[in-house]
Amino acid sequence: MSTTLLVVQILNGLQLGVLLFLIAAGLTLVFGVMDFINLAHGVQYMLGAYLAVAFYGLTGSFLAALVLALAAALLFGLLLEFVVFRHLYDRDHLDHVIATFGIILFLNHGVKVVWGAAPLSLPMPELLSGSVRLMEGLNYPVWRLVVIASGLAVAALLYVLVTHTRIGMLVRAGATNARMVSALGVDIRRLFMIVFGFGAMLAGFAGIMIAPILSVEPGMGDTILILAFVVIVIGGIGSIRGAFLAALLIGLVDTLGRSFSVDLLRLVMAPSPARTVGPAIASMLIYLLMAVVLYVRPTGLFPAKGR
Amino acid sequence: MSTLTTSATTSAPAGRFAQALPVAIFLVFALLPLLAMREGNGYLVSLGARIMIFAIAAVALDVLVGYAGLISFGHAAFVGFGAYAVGILSAHGIADALIALPAALLVSALYAFLTGIVCLRTKGVYFIMITLAFGQMAFFTASSLAPYGGDDGLTLAARSTLLGAPFMQDERAFYYLVFVCLLGSYLLCRALVASRFGRVLRGAKENTVRMAAIGFDVYRFQLVAYVITGTLAGLSGFLLANATEFVSPAYMSWQRSGELIVMVLLGGVGSLNGAIIGTAAYLLTEEWLSGFTENWKVIFGPVLVVVVLFARGGLIGLVSEVARRRRHD
Repeated sequence: MSTTLLVVQILNGLQLGVLLFLIAAGLTLVFGVMDFINLAHGVQYMLGAYLAVAFYGLTGSFLAALVLALAAALLFGLLLEFVVFRHLYDRDHLDHVIATFGIILFLNHGVKVVWGAAPLSLPMPELLSGSVRLMEGLNYPVWRLVVIASGLAVAALLYVLVTHTRIGMLVRAGATNARMVSALGVDIRRLFMIVFGFGAMLAGFAGIMIAPILSVEPGMGDTILILAFVVIVIGGIGSIRGAFLAALLIGLVDTLGRSFSVDLLRLVMAPSPARTVGPAIASMLIYLLMAVVLYVRPTGLFPAKGR
Repeated sequence: MSTLTTSATTSAPAGRFAQALPVAIFLVFALLPLLAMREGNGYLVSLGARIMIFAIAAVALDVLVGYAGLISFGHAAFVGFGAYAVGILSAHGIADALIALPAALLVSALYAFLTGIVCLRTKGVYFIMITLAFGQMAFFTASSLAPYGGDDGLTLAARSTLLGAPFMQDERAFYYLVFVCLLGSYLLCRALVASRFGRVLRGAKENTVRMAAIGFDVYRFQLVAYVITGTLAGLSGFLLANATEFVSPAYMSWQRSGELIVMVLLGGVGSLNGAIIGTAAYLLTEEWLSGFTENWKVIFGPVLVVVVLFARGGLIGLVSEVARRRRHD
């Protein structure tokens, strides 16, 4: 377990963390403000990646693809809100789960019909495709640093938006008590729509940024969605701050657990069982973490609602 | 939340319809092999068994979702535990149902108890997501079980035996075993929701605080319900492993849990009959649509959205609504 490896894995963990934050931020706001469970948030991340690939094919420029895909992700989010979700806000959670599950089925298989089942890839911008020497014997890909930096930038932007603007104030108020905000004369439906579209765009942004590293394939949103759920549950539903801290925590715990569980277990058991048990424990780690957090604090670390 | 409105629209239609429906359902299942035999169609028998196997899990889930108001999004994990109990024992050469069945039930009950302790401390959205997360935990654990096939799953050498006799090898004997299991599970759940225990669960769904205030330890009632329904799903898993002679982590995937909820909702939540009808509807739709295209879910997804938006109360709700309108004409 050398220092270099540890640094690399910490950076990878940070990268997963900011990615999770980009997805969890939209999810936690939609939950917090509208009390709406959007399982389809993961497919919006997937769609962002696919749109970027499609626009890259059309324009041949990563920047143009990024801008166009972001706009398309926003439009698609608003379309979904307009066609389906706004009719469900006053239904119970079961209806949310089923309807958004239907959308997942549709989109996961829809992209297969349109783009085929084979994984696609998005080339990263030429300028940022190299790697940079961080310390002795450690070269790290520039693009991964860009992902981390852009995630942190979005986090900062969100912080400013939520704490220092009028719309952010309404969002915070909505997360605490949506009916009261509505009674005070705010058009809560329009607020919902803005929050929803913005959340969809953030998820799409995450998909676009990660597309050059991962393969773009149907179902890529499903695993990340569940991780994002774990994040917002640990962080406390409706809390951006909670989502940020929990995302970094989950990113680091998951990445470090996967890298070092076998090595750690070998300290206490024979190499062969350690190789079998290690991966199993590593993949359970974040769920155990969540179970412990929820057992101690059933509404997460930073609950937004004063229930 | 609008739990009150759903229970109003989805409560079982009163009277003869509700009483005749389960009789009709079980009659169809009981007679299906005779019909299939005349047509020389073994496929129909295995499809019927498959429907009943999933119906066991769906009926159990309906007790949680429809009566206790606990939306468990990790119910496929119990099915998986039951199936893996069969698979792992079989891999070690233990194939007798007298060992495999109790093991399957015990493991899923234990898993339900341990996760239930944590899950039931949370409410609403948190409950949905923590059950989902535990389901994923089980899924990933099964995927990393390298000695038992890992991602690929493992194939059973043969179906479970009873005292050494391979009685499940006969398709029809297996079918009627599944039939008896479904009937037993249905009657158990029916008795459960009609009892005082069931009324406490329903009361807690309407208003947990009030139930607690009049002296019920709601948490313990819900935990018992969670363990019972988890065990029944384990039974479903035991049968599923034997039906397919194959065990795979895919049995526990969160999509499977979602499908189970869809089955319950499709038929109509909170009537138990609806869960069976919904399961049949879902699996038959799958059979039918997948004949046209392998991406049949592109069609099914929007259908689900439409059902949620316009057909509240599922198929049973739809039928009783039509019947009600006819009477008024």
